[in-house]
Amino acid sequence: MSLSSRHLLGLNGVPKEDIQLILDTATTFREVLERPIKKVPTLQGKTIVNLFYEDSTRTRISFELAQKRLSADTINFSTSTSSVKKGETFKDTVRNIEAMKVDMIVVRHKSAGVPQYLTRISKANIINAGDGLHEHPTQGLLDMYSIKERLGKLEGLKVCIVGDIAHSRVALSNIFGLKSMGAIVSVCGPATMIPLGIESLGVKIFTNIDEAIAKNDVLNVLRIQLERNAGTRIPSLREYHKYFGITSDRIEKFNKEIVILHPGPINRGVELSSEVADGPYQVILDQVTNGVAVRMAVLYLLGTMH
Amino acid sequence: MKIILKQVLILNPEQKLNQKSDLLINDGIIEKIDGLKEADFKSSKVFDFDNKLCSPGFFDMHVHLREPGREDEETVETGSNAAAAGGFTGVACMPNTDPNIDSAEIVRFIKEKAKDHLVDVYPVAAATLARKGEALSPMYELFEAGAVAFSDDGVAIKNAGVLRNALEYSINFGTPIIEHCEDESMAEGVMNEGLISTTLGLPGIPKVAEDLIVMRDIMLADFTGGKVHIAHISSKKSVELVRQAKKNKISVTAEVTPHHFTLTDDLLKTYDTNYKMNPPLRSRADVEAIIEGLKDGTIDCIASDHAPHAIEEKEMEFIFAPNGIIGLETELSLVMSELVHKKHLTVSQVIEKMAINPRKILSIPIPQIKIGEVANLTIFDPDQIWTADINKFKSKAKNSPFDKRLMTGKSIAVINKCKMFFEDKFTSI
Repeated sequence: MSLSSRHLLGLNGVPKEDIQLILDTATTFREVLERPIKKVPTLQGKTIVNLFYEDSTRTRISFELAQKRLSADTINFSTSTSSVKKGETFKDTVRNIEAMKVDMIVVRHKSAGVPQYLTRISKANIINAGDGLHEHPTQGLLDMYSIKERLGKLEGLKVCIVGDIAHSRVALSNIFGLKSMGAIVSVCGPATMIPLGIESLGVKIFTNIDEAIAKNDVLNVLRIQLERNAGTRIPSLREYHKYFGITSDRIEKFNKEIVILHPGPINRGVELSSEVADGPYQVILDQVTNGVAVRMAVLYLLGTMH
Repeated sequence: MKIILKQVLILNPEQKLNQKSDLLINDGIIEKIDGLKEADFKSSKVFDFDNKLCSPGFFDMHVHLREPGREDEETVETGSNAAAAGGFTGVACMPNTDPNIDSAEIVRFIKEKAKDHLVDVYPVAAATLARKGEALSPMYELFEAGAVAFSDDGVAIKNAGVLRNALEYSINFGTPIIEHCEDESMAEGVMNEGLISTTLGLPGIPKVAEDLIVMRDIMLADFTGGKVHIAHISSKKSVELVRQAKKNKISVTAEVTPHHFTLTDDLLKTYDTNYKMNPPLRSRADVEAIIEGLKDGTIDCIASDHAPHAIEEKEMEFIFAPNGIIGLETELSLVMSELVHKKHLTVSQVIEKMAINPRKILSIPIPQIKIGEVANLTIFDPDQIWTADINKFKSKAKNSPFDKRLMTGKSIAVINKCKMFFEDKFTSI
């Protein structure tokens, strides 16, 4: 079994079989992570560059750890300066790195489309670690893995993504991936944070958070990102919390089982109250562990393809 | 020197001309139309343009020549060469150069650069100093130096009060204000806002950002009596607003680019920066409304918004790449392929929109095809099939999404100012 593409650019258009294969492979690696010696020789001799043009801590660490667990050689290239400023162009940087003979590139960039662009200028396998407001496919995969781990399936589950959908790369990857796996996906948030045309993707919009809690099995709660100008689309974090924040009171009202995901880092007291963030419904730290296993699966499947 | 254009099909709706004739041009002046003698053929250079169309020279009222400031991207000369190759004998160049065209010296500098070229170059000057939208530029002086219109192109004049003054002040010399209609507070995106931008994760610019300024500008044209020209119209609602304004006899005119009646936003799926422009490519419904607007005369003319960019600037991460594409050398072919051969416009309507109306809007004399007049002509073949090749273009820049596109219709020659461009070279005639 192998994947149908040699890159992972997003989950849009990725066949169900590919997602299933990644999730199944991740289960094997998840077991490896519980061993006393957490390393396998699978990607020995492969060179992977983590090309991070945007600040990231957890995604970069998670990828790096996954690479090390697979015995690959890893190089980190991080910069927050964009090529719009004077200096080397993005293309030249990539060409230089590639001239050092690398096999795979994991890329994060402020601009959507950079992973696609990379496939045109590089021969390496490309893995998208987040591009602009577009996709973050390994996050989508680890979210699906974590839901499945808790509830045993994806098909037929009702999943609502809550928060700033328009400015999230996690939302789209979740929507495409979950729909492909047969889940029923919806979104909920202030209308200023719901992008145009989202319903055409087969996604229901909840305008009221209580209704969203009542009618879903899973809530994937996004971080309100003030650095992405969220402040102009909501009056205040206080007001956001009051009308869209997930609190124990809100959940307990419905007296039901619900699974809560969050891609982190959490703004406690904004999108989640502390009781919820540390409470029985959340799987937030499982997501982090699963993230390493899922990334190992993706790296392994792409790195051993020929 | 005498030349003969043999058996051309002369078309000029302005003069109600539609006839197959021999045309004798002596030292750049039309000397005879038909009735040529054997001796004329012996003493002239004869071009056998049998059945090719001959129209008053085409005019593109919206090009960026980048000089002064970005001569690495284009110059008055290379841009004029591209214009000649594309079938144009005249262009109006936009003021967003470096420095901006906001002083008489820069207007004169550009005119001086263009003086010996076949292509007439008419500068459009900045409406406000440094195109900042604050203080008016020395408009009267700029007009006197040769500016044919005023614009803060790249952006709309931000402040309605400033636009009011610009419109009123220009009444004294009759020039239009050319507006790039976009409300900046809603235009932080990089493509059309809609399902496609949502799917691609690219920030969008809503159509209403254009419609709002089109509406504001129409109301100010009505209020002041000044002339507003809407540059590169792209949205369905804006076309409707212009249509209604014209019904109400308000002085508003509009242009559209070939890419806005040919391409749609779904092409951005490859993140190819050659599809990044401002206004952005819109939806199929907008393209259809634009074609309707061209058919019923709501949209007066076609202009390229020729925007040369250096390769290294355009070949960049999508959100950082500059807007715009070159267009002079594909414009006529796209018009023929997409509008004439698809039966939306007649060739006469094309001549109105590409030769007559732009000059009317800018108060530039319209070339006549009659004895004693200066020969200012475009000869073109509406049926020639060819494939665009950016490496053969005269423009310095290569940022075109139409490279390798198969098109029908091509310019064969242009004649103006005692010069001819034919078979890839300029000659004096």
